[in-house]
Amino acid sequence: MKRGNEILALEAIRPSLDVERLREDFPILRRKVGGKSLVYLDNAATTQKPRAVIETIRRYYATSNANVHRGVHTLSDRATRGYEEARVRVARFLNAREDREIVFVRGATEAINLVAQSFGRPRLRRGDEMLITVMEHHSNIVPWQMVCAATGAALKVVPVHGDGELDIVAYGERLSHRTRLVAVTHVSNALGTVNPIREMIGMAHGRNIPVLVDGAQAAPHVKVDVRELGCDFYAFSGHKVYGPTGIGVLYGKREHLEAMPPYQGGGDMILRVTIERTTYNEIPYKFEAGTPNIAGAIGLCAALGYLDGIGREAVAAHERELLDYATETVGKIPGVRLVGTAREKAGILSFVMEGVHPHDLGTVLDHEGVAIRTGHHCAMPLMDALGLPATARASFGMYNTRAEVDALVEGIWKAREVLL
Amino acid sequence: MSDLRSLYQEIIVDHNKHPRNFHRLPDANRAAEGDNPLCGDRLTVYVKMADGVIREIGFVGTGCAISKASASLMTESMAGKTEQEADALFERFHAMVVGSDRQIRSGLGKLEALAGVREFPVRVKCATLAWHTLRTALKTPGGTVSTE
Repeated sequence: MKRGNEILALEAIRPSLDVERLREDFPILRRKVGGKSLVYLDNAATTQKPRAVIETIRRYYATSNANVHRGVHTLSDRATRGYEEARVRVARFLNAREDREIVFVRGATEAINLVAQSFGRPRLRRGDEMLITVMEHHSNIVPWQMVCAATGAALKVVPVHGDGELDIVAYGERLSHRTRLVAVTHVSNALGTVNPIREMIGMAHGRNIPVLVDGAQAAPHVKVDVRELGCDFYAFSGHKVYGPTGIGVLYGKREHLEAMPPYQGGGDMILRVTIERTTYNEIPYKFEAGTPNIAGAIGLCAALGYLDGIGREAVAAHERELLDYATETVGKIPGVRLVGTAREKAGILSFVMEGVHPHDLGTVLDHEGVAIRTGHHCAMPLMDALGLPATARASFGMYNTRAEVDALVEGIWKAREVLL
Repeated sequence: MSDLRSLYQEIIVDHNKHPRNFHRLPDANRAAEGDNPLCGDRLTVYVKMADGVIREIGFVGTGCAISKASASLMTESMAGKTEQEADALFERFHAMVVGSDRQIRSGLGKLEALAGVREFPVRVKCATLAWHTLRTALKTPGGTVSTE
C-alpha cells in the first residue's frame, strides 16, 4: 500500500515534457510543407535531428576531422577520442557490461547481417532451425533467408494473433532441439507491438539458444537494458534515435564477439598483415573494417546525450499519452479500423480506412502538411498474415503534440471528403 | 484543396468507387500481372484479341484510387484498338502523366482527368501500373510487370 502511494507520488512529481520548448531544438519543425506547418508523424521511418546533433557534426568537420586509430597528430587523436567516447556513451545507453561489446555499423540492418554471417552461418547446418517471427522487418528476415539458403538450415516463423500480439505459445512450441538461434524484434515497426522479449529470451536460454533482438524501433521509445534482458545481441540504428543516418550499433556479448570470425576484411580490423597471414585486431575493432563513420558516431553520441538529457522515461510517457489520444480520436472516425491493438504498444498507430487506400490517404495528408508512412512498412510477410496489402502508419516522437494528432484526424476527415 | 481536386477529380473518384470492366475475362487470350510492391498495388489485366484488335479487356486487383481509376479508364479507351493504336495511346498517356509534353493532353478524352498526376511525381507509377501491365500482356502473354 505504502509502495503504491510512493509510486503515485513519484508519478505526480515526474516532470512532464516541455514539448513546445524542445520543438525549438529541431530546426526542421519550423519549415512549411506546401504552405502548411509540417506535422511530422513518420518517426518510425526516421526521426528529425536536434540542433545538438547537427551542430556536433558540423563542429567535428570544421574543427576535428581526421582518421581514427592511426595518426599521431592532434586531430587524429581528437577524432579518435570523439569516436571512442561515442562507444562509451552507447554502452551506457544500453547498459552493456563493457565498451568493447559495442560495434559500430551502418545501421540495424548491417548489425543483423553481421550476426547472420559471422555468428549464424558457422553454427547452422542442414537439419538445424533458425527461428524468427512473422512481424519482423525485412532486415530481420532476408539476412536469415540468405544464411539458411547457404547452410541448408530451415527458417521457422512464429505467427501473430489478429490483434498484432505475438503467439507466445507457438513461440514456445517452435523452440526445439533443432533451434540454433532466435532473432526477434523488440517493437514491431509496422504495428507498434512491444514483444515480451525478456520472457522470450528466458525461454530460449532455457534451451541454450542464443537470441538476437532487433531494437531499431524500440531504442527511441523503450528503455533498453541489455544486461537485464540477457540478450546475446541487440541491434539499433542511429537515425531512429534522433541521430544521423549511416551509423548504427551492434551490441554483442563479449564471449560471442570474441569467438566470431570477422565480417569484413580491411584496415583497422587487423593487428598485423603479411601476405601469408593476418592477425585480427581485438573486439570491437575486428568488426570495424575500413574508416568508420566517425562523424556519424559522434553525432549519435550527441543524440543519445540529448535523449538522456530529456529523459527516456519522460519521452516514453509523453509518447504513450499521444498514442492513447491518437488511438481514441483516429479510432472514432467512421470507416477507420486500427491495425495492431496489442496491450503493450510503443509510438505507432497503424490503420486502414474503408474505401480509401492508404496511398491516397497519404497524399491527402501530405497536402495538409502531415507526413505519415503508407504501404507495407518493409514487413510484407506480416501484411500477408494480416491479409492487408498496406496500412497507413502514424508514428510519434518526443516533439509531437496533441495538436498534431488533431491535424492528423482533420486530414483523415478531409480524405473522406475528397475520396468518398 | 484545388490541386488536390486536380488529382482527385470527380471522374477519378467515380472510377475508383465503380471501376469499369472490373472482372476477369474467361476467354482472354492475353493476360499479365502488374505489381507495385511499394504501395501493395497488384492487378491483372485480361485481353481478348481477335484479328489484331482488342475485342474485350478487363482487370481485377487492389490498388489506390489513382491506379484503379487509371486502369478503369484505360479499359474503356482501349476497346477496339489495334496493338499499334494501343501502343500509341500508351505513349501519349505516359507523356501526359510524367509531364514530358504539356501539349499532349488534348485529344485524350476522359484520360485527361489523370493529367493532374504530373504534379504528384510519387504517384506517377500508380497511374501507369495498369498501362505497363497491358503492354506486357500484349507483348508477352502471361508476363508480370513491376513499376518499381
